[in-house]
This record gives sequence, C-alpha cells and structure tokens, in this order.
Amino acid sequence: MSLFIDADLCTACGACVEVCPFGAVEIVGEAAQVNEKCNLCGACVEVCPVEAITIEKKEVKAADGYQGVWVFAEQRRGRLAGVSFELLGEGRRLADKLGVSLSAVLFGRQVREAAGDLFAYGADRVYLADDPALADFTDDLYGGLLTALIREHRPEIVLCGATSLGRSFFPKVANALNTGLTADCTGLDIRDSDRLLLQTRPAFGGNIMAAILCPNRRPQMATVRPKVMRPGPCLEGRTGELVEVDPARYGLAPKTRFIEFIEDLSEKVHLAEADIIVAGGRGLGSAQGFDLLRELAELLGGAVGASRGAVDAEWISYAHQVGQTGKTVSPKLYIACGISGAVQHLVGMQSADVIVAVNNDPNAPIFEVADYGLVGDLYEIIPAIISRLQR
Amino acid sequence: MDYFLTEDQLMIQDLARQIAEEKVLPVRAELDEKEEFPRELMKHFAEADLFRLNIPEAYDGMGLGGFEHALAVEQVSRVCCGVACTYAASGLGAYPLLLFGSEDQKKKYLPQIAGGTLAAFALTESTAGSDAGGIQTRAVLEGDEYVLNGTKQWITNAGEADIYSVIALTDPSRGPRGASFFIVERGDPGFSFGKREKKMGIRCSSTGELIFNNCRLPADRLISKEGMGFIIAMRTFDKSRPGVGAQAVGLAQGALEAAADYARTRIQFGHPIISFQAIQHMLADMAASVEAARALVYAVARYIDSGAKEVSKVSAMAKLFPSDVAMKVTTDAVQIFGGSGYMRDYPVEKMMRDAKILQIYEGTNQIQRNVIGQELHKEFGRRGRKK
Amino acid sequence: MRIIVCIKQVPDTKNVRLDPATNTLKREGVESILNPFDLYAVETALRLKDSFGGTVTALTMGPPQAESALREVVEYGVDEAALLSDRAFAGADTWATSYTLAQGVKKLGGFDLIVCGKQAVDGDTAQVGPGLAEQLGLPYVCFVRRLVEVDPQARRLVVERLMDDGWDVVETPLPALITVVKEINEPRVPSLRGKMKAKKIAVPVYGLKDLEADPNCVGLAGSPTQVVQVFAPQPRGTRVRLDGRPEEQAERLIEALKQDKVLTIGAE
Repeated sequence: MSLFIDADLCTACGACVEVCPFGAVEIVGEAAQVNEKCNLCGACVEVCPVEAITIEKKEVKAADGYQGVWVFAEQRRGRLAGVSFELLGEGRRLADKLGVSLSAVLFGRQVREAAGDLFAYGADRVYLADDPALADFTDDLYGGLLTALIREHRPEIVLCGATSLGRSFFPKVANALNTGLTADCTGLDIRDSDRLLLQTRPAFGGNIMAAILCPNRRPQMATVRPKVMRPGPCLEGRTGELVEVDPARYGLAPKTRFIEFIEDLSEKVHLAEADIIVAGGRGLGSAQGFDLLRELAELLGGAVGASRGAVDAEWISYAHQVGQTGKTVSPKLYIACGISGAVQHLVGMQSADVIVAVNNDPNAPIFEVADYGLVGDLYEIIPAIISRLQR
Repeated sequence: MDYFLTEDQLMIQDLARQIAEEKVLPVRAELDEKEEFPRELMKHFAEADLFRLNIPEAYDGMGLGGFEHALAVEQVSRVCCGVACTYAASGLGAYPLLLFGSEDQKKKYLPQIAGGTLAAFALTESTAGSDAGGIQTRAVLEGDEYVLNGTKQWITNAGEADIYSVIALTDPSRGPRGASFFIVERGDPGFSFGKREKKMGIRCSSTGELIFNNCRLPADRLISKEGMGFIIAMRTFDKSRPGVGAQAVGLAQGALEAAADYARTRIQFGHPIISFQAIQHMLADMAASVEAARALVYAVARYIDSGAKEVSKVSAMAKLFPSDVAMKVTTDAVQIFGGSGYMRDYPVEKMMRDAKILQIYEGTNQIQRNVIGQELHKEFGRRGRKK
Repeated sequence: MRIIVCIKQVPDTKNVRLDPATNTLKREGVESILNPFDLYAVETALRLKDSFGGTVTALTMGPPQAESALREVVEYGVDEAALLSDRAFAGADTWATSYTLAQGVKKLGGFDLIVCGKQAVDGDTAQVGPGLAEQLGLPYVCFVRRLVEVDPQARRLVVERLMDDGWDVVETPLPALITVVKEINEPRVPSLRGKMKAKKIAVPVYGLKDLEADPNCVGLAGSPTQVVQVFAPQPRGTRVRLDGRPEEQAERLIEALKQDKVLTIGAE
C-alpha cells in the first residue's frame, strides 16, 4: 500500500499539507511530497481539489468467511463483571447493524448459571467452557482457549473489557491470530461503506482521540473501557444456543500456574467497578484525611481513589492511585478533594460523567475540568456534605 | 553566569541537582521537623557515587578534587543545608586519612568511605572550641595499643558514622606538638556515643557526644606520627573550608530563588511585590552577594586543587564571606516573604535557622578573621622586608 | 541472570496537544522522555542483577534519537543497549512493534527474563509486553507488583499480579516476560560512573536487514490496525462554582448531583 501524488496534476495549493494529521505532506518546489510519517489515513486524498493524490490499496481478502460479533464475558470468582453486560449492550447494537449474531464466550468453573444472564442481556449464543482448570485466570489457558475458539468459529469482531484481566490476555490472542487489537476503546461503530468496525480511543493520555480501523485482518479485536458503554435491557426468559466447549480437546499446554488470590479488603467497592469515586490528593495534608473520604465514599456506595502525590506520601496504597501511572476510571461521579489537577492525574479520570472539585486554591487546574467547583477548606466542606447526606 | 565547567563537572552538578530535587526536596521539611537522620538519602548519594569524588582512583574514588566536591555540596545545600552538612561532614572526616594516612590505612578505609560508609571529624570538646589547643582527651600508648579517655562534643554524624577521625593529646607537655590523630571505628571497645543535641537548625544532621572510656585502639590506628595532630587539623581545614562556603552558597541560592518566586506571585496594592523597588533592591543585593560568594568559592577551590602550598588565607575567605552572605540572604528572604516567611509551611524560616551554624562551625568567623589577619600580617611584613 | 529490558522514548504527553485549527499534533516544544513505567522495569532488572549477578541489556525500537533513552538507562547501571531503527519500522502498531522487538530479542541471544513497563504513556495500550511474549512463545505475567520468589537455578519465578479486586499470585517458568507497575520498587538514582559509561558506550543499531525481518511484518506495512483520524476530545467541565458557607455549598452540590442523576443518597 502506498500514497502517490501526481506532480503534474498538483497545483501546490497546500490543502493536503493543512489537513494531514501527521505532518507527512510538504510542498517541495512546485508539488506536494509525502514523507515517511504518512499513515495512509486518506485525509489528503479527499481534500485535494484536483484529485492528484491516490492510495493503492491491497484487496480486502481476509474478511472472507468471518462473521458474527463475539464478546468475552469476564467473570471473577463466579460473578460476571459489570463490563460483560456493557459489552453485550454494545455488541448487540453492532451485531444488529451488521445483521449478524452476537455470541458471548464464558470461561470458568461452575459458572453455568451465568449463561442465563448472558442470554437475557442480548447474547444469541454462549460458548461455555465450564471446567476446573479454568477456575482461575491464567493468560496461557484463557488466551490459548479463546484463540482456538476464534480459529474454529471465525467471528469478524471480538470484544473484551479493558479490565486488568482483559488487557492482560487479549494481546496474546491478537498476536497469535496475527490480527489487530485496539486498546481501551471509548467508542465503537460500524462504518456503513465497508462494514468495518470503527474504533475510537484516547491516546497521549487522553489529549488526543484516535479513530482506528483494522481493514485487512480478522477478527477485528478491541478492548473496551468499562463504564463507558451501556448494558442493553434485561429480557428475562430470553434464551439462545448454548455451545459446550471442552478445553481438553484443544491440546493446550499452559506454562504459568495460578497459586492464590489475595483479596483487597481495604474497601467494599473497587475502583474499577465504582460508579462513584471520592479521591484525595496532597491537599489532604495527612493520611488521616482519607478516613474522612472513606466515610463519604461509604455513604455514597463508592470507592476511594488517590492522586500520585498522596500515594507517594504513603497515605494510601498504590491500588488506589488514579492517573497516568495508576488506574484509569470512568465513574458517573468523581469527587476530587485536595487534588490540584496535574495533567497526569486528569488523564486517569477526565472521562467521568460528572466531576466535582473541592480545593482551597481557586486557581487549581482541576477547576478547569470540573463540572462543580467548591473553593474552600475540604475539612469543612466534606463533613458538611456528609451531614447533609445523613439527614 | 557560566563558570566554564568541564563536561564531567557539569555531569556532577546535574546529578547532584537531580538527586536533590527528586529525593531530598520531598522530605526536607519532615526530616527537619522530626530531627530525623537522612539515612535513606545517604544511601542514594552513595549509589550515585557522590562519596567518591575527591578520593583517589587507587582507592575506588574518582580522583577529582575539592572543587567537584564543592559543586555537589552546593546543589544539595540549595535544597537542604542539613542533608548537605551530613554529606559534607563525611568528607571532612575523611581528610586526615586522605592527606596523612599510611598506604595500609588508605587501602583499608578510603574504599569504604568512597562506597558510602560515613565518616566524622572529632576535634571539639567542652574546653576546646575556638581554642583547639584546649583539648583534654588523652591517648596513652600501652604496649601496642593506645588507650583513649575523654569526651568529644558537638560532633557532626556522631552515632551515625562508622569511621571517626579523632584528635587526642599524646604528650601534654609538648603544647602544639602534643596531639595526634587516630582512626576510631564504631564498635571499638570503650567507644560509645552520648547525648544527641537539639539544635536551632540543620536539625536532621546528627550532632552528639563521643565518649572514650579506656577506649583501646591498635597502634596502627595512629595517623602519621605522634605530635602531628594540629598540623593535620590545620591542613584539613584548609581543604574543607571551601566546602562550607559551598554549603553557604547553595543555601543562599535556594533562599534567593524562593524569595524571588514568592515576590512574583504575592499581590499587594494590586501589584506583585517584585515590582516594588524596595523588594527589587533587596533581591538585587541578595543576588549580587550570592554570585560574589560563588565566584570566590569556585576560585579558591580550584586554586587549592591546583596544589598550591599556602592557601590558609584564601581558604578562610572562602568560608567567612559566603557564610556571612548566607545569614544575610536567608534573613532577607524571610523578610520578603513577610508573615508567611515566619510560618513553618514555607521553606525560608528553616533556611534562616540553618544558616547560623555556617558562621560558627569549622572555625567561627571570628577565627577565620584571625587567620586572614595573621596571614596579611605575615604577607605585608615580608613585603616590607623584600624592598 | 541475563535480563533484557524493553524501553520506549515517548513525547512528554502532558504537552501534546492538537492544534484545533488544523487538527494536527503540535510537536514543537514537546520534550522526549523515557517512558515513566520503564524506569521501574530497569530497577527490577538491576535488583535481580544485584542479587544473582549477570547482565542487563536495554532494547528499544525507535527513531535514531531514541538512543538517548538507552544511554539514560545505562546511567542507572544497565550494562548494554541496542537500538532497532529503520525507516521501514516507522508507523508500526502494537503488532508490528511486538514483531520487530521479537526479532531484536532473537538477535541479542539467550536470556532468562524480559522485563517491560506496563504501558507506554503515548499509546497507553499495554499490548506490546504480552504481544512480544506471544511472538517469542514465552509465558508471561502482566502488572507485576512484587517478585515473591526468584529461583534462576530452578528456572522458576513467582510474582504478584495487580488485578482490579486484589492480587493474583502466579508462578511461571523461566525464560519468561513480565510487565511491571510502579508499586514494584522505587528506582535508584543514576551514578557518576553510570553517566560516564553512558557517554562512552557503543550502542549498536539494527535495521531491517540486520534483523533478517520480514518487511511485510514491520512498520506501517506490517500493522493490522491503522489510525484513520485524530481529533481533539470534547472539552469537558461546565465549571459551575458553588460558593457560600460549607453548609450552603454542600446543599447546592447535592441538589445539583440529584438533578444530574448521579447520586443515590445513602446507598448501601
């Protein structure tokens, strides 16, 4: 595939230079020239007034024989993760647009009952591998089995939640299948012209949004950021086709071994699952400040987060850190207390639906992205919120 | 202002600055508040090879000089004078070995110090501050051992260092020729640590008593010869004074930056206070004196490294002038901060408290003036005779 | 132990912006830095070297300027470094990057462990670590926050992996690949001897031919995914200030959040 600019047709008007997102086109002498930064996105082709630019494309062959939308239904300790329902909601929408079936893939031990929920939330088919060997997550077993199933059944799209589990093993599957994987998507759609999956995701810490395609390889794979998509309606009694999968048939020889799980007991609701997060930063002044935030979080049924500053000061453990080198969250409500709003923190939480900032510095950058800004002493404001809620 | 440092010197300066900003800055207030010894930080300095600078390569050092050492001290002091003092004091403790140690002593101790084992220099006693000759700690040769008795006071790195250079009287009847230096190690029988002092400033630095109660040392712990004690001390101070000057320059620089930064953001009467002539004049005087102090320290350090023989006068200047500058600059910095400067939430009150000791230790500024005065007396006396 | 650390030089992302007028990435004044997670990977490798002896080699794929990131990690104590650079490698997505790095690893020879940072802060995908493992046929564990047991003789590694609800303890044979999170250690400081070595050390550069790589598997040509558009995210934040005494602020906030339907009062 390559980009070709016809120097005879080119009038050096510069429209292509302006529109190129990568700075890959320059006017050299009397015509435009493309350099190695070109990504073949085609923006210049569309904008050239004299049609001097063409892209030679290879034929789309790999799409033959691939059909259907799959979602990987994540479960931990027998419970389906919230993102599984979000994937079914989104998957149903994509499958309907393509006019194909939606299947869910479920691995675990004694998880058979959960298959019912998957049908209720929109799956036409569930591939169920219920086996003691799959009780706990290991990359090689889950990854090897999913790879084998995809090779056997050839779905055109496979989605997974961008949870720790999903982000760990999905790249293994994509690499084994020599296909493309887009991480942490916040938007999915089907492109009408060619039925391709258009994947939208943040990059550069969320300063840029990128739209991505996987035109030639199959399946098109994506991990989806939790809490961004919506689950569909739950239709009780809806059923579908249950396909039993026996892992032993696939000759998988896993090398890694799961030993045990250490639960994080520090809170009832974990960051990744929380609809409401109350987060604290350096402005708390001490570790005790988190006691206050925990009280508010519990009242709201939410989780406690922290900025890097608070974690580095050892006021709370790293598992609570939100930001560029911590976790990315997308709750409905994010209450930032004593957090200044450094960019590295924002990248982890700016996709929350509603952001509330409480800080005694009116110039703190957090107020730029907040929906509600409360300037003042958090040690007066938070207790006021708590007592108001308790009424 | 460019001092035309070599690539290696710039590298040392950059590394010291990086460590100071990344590792020292976040903890300096807490260390001061809790009077907590910066053990972790000293580990980082050791990892970074900052204890190797002026130790010869033959003993695992980098074979550089006092100037490079001063560059590093200045960068650390800009962030925290107490941490810089801890670091520099180990260098001070190493000097008797460096300058007068035997080959075996150097081989045994210098690589340890280069690798980050802390050293300390022990001269001061309750009867011997400025009057170094007033020491009373005795060292008596018994067979093939020296037995030390006495108490050292206000020793930097006491209780934290493992290697101590200690001066004691071997022959009280010989006056200035009656003292000798010994290497004492933590754990030597009869050697213990006493009271740790609570200080006005450099509070993270450990200042305390060394107690010698029939402390027995093998005879090979004697540095050089009996009677060389005060000469070793004088030569040590000649080398180390620019290091104190560097501490002062760094401290003053940190205060100047804090004050200028504050003055830019503090609005009164509708303007940032840095736009007022009164503040600008203060900052101007501060900046000029810091630069002058820096230029003096650098020039003297380089001169001493060149192998010059008679350096006492300029070495004393390189301690006297910068330390007076640091006291004035930090005090002015607090003044520029106004009420905030008095509050412990802001860094300058600590800087002012830290500055005072620089006019006192390693020879009070009064003693420094004595040294300079006496050298001038000699110089001008000589000149008169030459004509 | 022979350990390979894969690093990446990235733009300092806090300064990367789209020019709203032209929708192009503004690259002036954007510094290049070592990917923040990679220093933790380097420290992990160096601590293993301190314990067991051996060598640590840093590897990166990038333009010629990425060599400075390699020299930077040598300052911390890394023994050797290699740069994979070729115009053919440009425009690679995570698949092509994994492939190219795999060829680089093969070129470097035998190893016991590959350590990567969890993700690069420009792409934010966290895919190259596992992808590289898969290309090399290695077992791997992601998001390692603690090394529980390291036994090079028994060819065995036990680690704690950070999950969303706690920590998994997982065992893997060696050779293996791990990606690490910040929690795993506190990086040391560079040393003067390290800085001197970093200035002088020779960094070999391997291109397409040196790696005997398949040109259809590298760079843009080898990338299954393509970026077809970049755009600025929706600006967010309605920036309503709620003033008054704390009680008033609390009252107004709760009302607003109820209106926005994000609050379920006194939820269990």
